[in-house]
Amino acid sequence: MTSTAGRASGASGARRASGARPAIRPDRADPELARVESALRELRVAAPVGLLPDTLVAAGLADEYATIDTAIGPVWVAWNGRGVSALTQAVDGASFEADFRRSHDRPIRPASDGLPPRLADAIHRRLGGDRRVRIAVDLRGHGEFQQAVWMKALEIPRGEVRPYGWVAAEIGRPAAVRAVGTALAHNPVPLVIPCHRVVRTDGRIGQYSLGGAENKRTLLAWEGADPDGLERLASAGIRYIGSDTTRIVCHPTCHNARRVTDRHRVSFHSLGEAGQRGYRPCKVCRPVSLAA
Amino acid sequence: MVMDDDALLRAIARDLDGCFEALVRGHEDRIYSIALRLTGDAADAEEIAQDTFLRAYRALGSYDARRIRELHLRAWLATIAVNLCRNRAARRRPRTVSLSGPAGDPTEVEHLLPPAPASESPAGAAARREGAEQWAALVADLPERYRAAVVLRHVDGLSYEEMSEVLGRPEGTVKAQVHRGLALLRAAFEAAEREESIA
Repeated sequence: MTSTAGRASGASGARRASGARPAIRPDRADPELARVESALRELRVAAPVGLLPDTLVAAGLADEYATIDTAIGPVWVAWNGRGVSALTQAVDGASFEADFRRSHDRPIRPASDGLPPRLADAIHRRLGGDRRVRIAVDLRGHGEFQQAVWMKALEIPRGEVRPYGWVAAEIGRPAAVRAVGTALAHNPVPLVIPCHRVVRTDGRIGQYSLGGAENKRTLLAWEGADPDGLERLASAGIRYIGSDTTRIVCHPTCHNARRVTDRHRVSFHSLGEAGQRGYRPCKVCRPVSLAA
Repeated sequence: MVMDDDALLRAIARDLDGCFEALVRGHEDRIYSIALRLTGDAADAEEIAQDTFLRAYRALGSYDARRIRELHLRAWLATIAVNLCRNRAARRRPRTVSLSGPAGDPTEVEHLLPPAPASESPAGAAARREGAEQWAALVADLPERYRAAVVLRHVDGLSYEEMSEVLGRPEGTVKAQVHRGLALLRAAFEAAEREESIA
């Protein structure tokens, strides 16, 4: 009896307890709660107008661009969240945009604040010869061979040059000298990838995609590579320089070759000739035998 | 062109790069609103919303077509945003938000508010702004689990089933957290009104 009464009272107590909680039950009939819910719906807002374009740029589905000053004058740089995607000379923004859209098939807009400071700093340091600085580049859509050529060009120090055939040999495609030249001519980010440091196999400066041969000479001179001296060596048929004390043979612009004093400097027309005279190739600039 | 999420996912499974913009357009307001109401900071919210879409883009790029088609897009994007908000909160010291309303740059506050209907009178707009400001502050003051529940349910409008997926908790728990959050909000609102009438 007592226990039944106890259960009954316990049950009704539980009901009372649950009856005391309607304040936290959802109740459509409760106007106060409906007011809270409608106030919360009002807290949904429109995204800032910049969110969509910024997101597309970050994903690499759109690009921004600005100009930077270089040794050959202002150039136009495009980039997205993946890295620098284009660098060219153009008469104005409109023609740069038109060129970009033709080659990339995605939207591009002028950057409201110019180049991001970190990117601008990295590019200027890279142009100044700092090879440690990392610059992300967006090379989507280009083949493995082309990318291998460009990555190899990145290894050439400021103020030095290497022949096309050297690049071909270094990437394991010694016969693909012409293809190397073509790949360099299509370098989407010259200066950032220094294709101006790759010269003809006979040692002449050769052509340049960013505004022609004269710009290549200007850049090399600016970097301290002495283009006139390089042309003179090429005319004389001199491809390599050795030291008669170390008996090491180098590319003429290798920093090891430049240290050789006139008294000990030996010129070679070919690596075979150097080999016959007991010279071994430099381990830094790694000269290879090239077909003329 | 407006697509429902299933059609959008089918399109994305075929051409992610071509359809990603439609995904962002379709979800940017809600993802930004979730981030804004969870962090209480417009700049943080914009960054989190961008990061949400960027992570979604990368993930979609790594999924096969079938996995993309089977996604629950609304819940999936909300999950990424909520987790980013939590990571950010964990990196920062706890925020102290005054119940008496946000202080600081009035232009920033302006930005936190829903756009006013075009036909509204200036006085009506001001009152509405004040109201929204107050509610935003009350939501920001909720403990995180109730804030997330209330925001996903009533700011974003997710179902309890979707919320359970987003929050990784059973539906019953999520439901209880929404109810508790609403009760806390209501009590805080009434307390603030009493305070105002006394003052």
